[in-house]
Amino acid sequence: MSGTQEFERVLDGSDKNVASFESQDVSLLKRAQHFLHSTPAAVPLIVLILSIIIFGVAIGGRFFSSYTLTLILQQIAVVGILGAAQTLIILTAGIDLSIGVVMVISAVIMGNFAVTYGMPTGIAILVGLITGGACGFFNGFLVAVMRLPPFIVTLGSWNIIMATNFIYSANETIRDTDVDEKAPLLHLFALNFRIGSAILTLGVIAMVLLVAVLWYILNHTAWGRHVYAVGDDPEAAKLSGIQTRKVLLSVYTIAGVIAAFAAWVSIGRNGSISPSSAVTDFNLQAITATVIGGISLFGGRGSILGTLFGAMLVGVMSMGLNMLGADPQWKVMLTGWLIIAAVAIDQWIRKVSV
Amino acid sequence: MSVEPILTARGLVKRYGRVTALDNADFDLYPGEILAVIGDNGAGKSSLIKAISGAVRPDEGEITLEGRQVQFKSPLEARDAGIETVYQNLALSPALSIADNMFLGREIRKRGVLGQWFRMLDRPTMEKQARDKLTELGLMTIQNINQAVETLSGGQRQGVAVARAAAFGSKVIILDEPTAALGVKESRKVLELILDVRSRGIPIVLISHNMPHVFEVADRIHIHRLGRRLTVIDPKEYTMSDAVAFMTGAKAPAQPVAA
Repeated sequence: MSGTQEFERVLDGSDKNVASFESQDVSLLKRAQHFLHSTPAAVPLIVLILSIIIFGVAIGGRFFSSYTLTLILQQIAVVGILGAAQTLIILTAGIDLSIGVVMVISAVIMGNFAVTYGMPTGIAILVGLITGGACGFFNGFLVAVMRLPPFIVTLGSWNIIMATNFIYSANETIRDTDVDEKAPLLHLFALNFRIGSAILTLGVIAMVLLVAVLWYILNHTAWGRHVYAVGDDPEAAKLSGIQTRKVLLSVYTIAGVIAAFAAWVSIGRNGSISPSSAVTDFNLQAITATVIGGISLFGGRGSILGTLFGAMLVGVMSMGLNMLGADPQWKVMLTGWLIIAAVAIDQWIRKVSV
Repeated sequence: MSVEPILTARGLVKRYGRVTALDNADFDLYPGEILAVIGDNGAGKSSLIKAISGAVRPDEGEITLEGRQVQFKSPLEARDAGIETVYQNLALSPALSIADNMFLGREIRKRGVLGQWFRMLDRPTMEKQARDKLTELGLMTIQNINQAVETLSGGQRQGVAVARAAAFGSKVIILDEPTAALGVKESRKVLELILDVRSRGIPIVLISHNMPHVFEVADRIHIHRLGRRLTVIDPKEYTMSDAVAFMTGAKAPAQPVAA
């Protein structure tokens, strides 16, 4: 057996103790940084709780009522679900600008199949979900197989799907009463039940359940770990034997299906089905919730629970400022600052390893 | 030599446009040995290793593993065949934990309904195996198996990467510049790790620029020059200056291949 070399002999006398440091040396700030590094959903949760307290103090009991708080949940259900889909994509270091219009076209297709064509509602919903999945697969194929940048791909498909939506639907709205009459199942997620003054819709419950299921999948299945690994370092993931192409393709497709599911929930929330809602910036609202929720735009970091808190935070601010009678632009401005703050905090947390 | 080589390559050619990276290169690895591959920059070491580990497909030539001809289309196929590679960039996911990284791409699922229907990972088993492996290789300075790899030092990361290869590499382990980024103490750890892996009977291909390390652990040294194998020398019969002279073309070797 070969021996040690001359210059290494002194190693025998080297300190054999495992490195230990005085805990006083670690500042509170550093410890906070480490805590946030291992618990990425903590930041939006803390800010959420703080903002609820601030608005509660400013507005009083009216804000703290379970009616108001559950109303906020109802308002964010659709964006929360879209945010969950967006989270999957952003975790792979991608972005989906088309997610909002995928939702709208899926809603229009569900409505048309059920109401206009008179098909069984179950089949209409299935066709809608397949449409969403197909749009996602299209994006995923271009990103994963053709290796085009996600931003450009989804910028293109955003326009393509939006135009298809308007051409196909001739911009005709399907009325609330027609949906109720011919396809009440499409309004399923509007069903609600009261607990005291709290009103929970099935849509809210669906959002929470979806986030819970995705959280489980992302943290406790191999596929979930692969999503993180692909976003973290695609080259390393590939060399570790992960089929990055399949992971990306499945992520975009699933995001499309979730967007179509959000369509179903949105029909319950809005009552009518309007193709012109394609001009609403649902995609940006979903990205906002995701980013405020602490999901890193560089991929591989963040918890989907953060997205839920991020969506709630936007909802709380919107409601709070509304009740204070503030100009709606204040909400827009505050959201803007929150986005920048969230990205800055993300960068700071990342430095933990340096 | 009476023993058959476990991994051989004959007449490998790889061209990138007008550049010829491999020019009829040969390669032999015998069971239970540490074979160092050295060569000047641009000699084609990396291309040779990539061809063997499945990262690139040679234009010509054949590779045989245990007497059977193989053609790897991807590193995954080489890995499935029992060839583990520790790349210079380590191929670890920085944000994932040590345990997650060690089992990346070959996770263990829980038994029964939880694993089959809910696809739940068996975290306790994975963590235990990861900890056992690291302890076995003397990397106990890692305190928490669930800490993110990015919070580890360079040497610890190298240790995790080598431990992963050692845990799964059944036939051959390839190490690309394992000590390049390490300090004296950490290099020593990795060299001990290499000898430890060999003592379990797994042959190792070691690519390194560090002559003292190469001469210390290698059983044979494959010298690569101008895209082909110039010679294979026994480190006990030659000095480091000889090796450098062969490698740079300052001196011609006595015989083409010393087996």
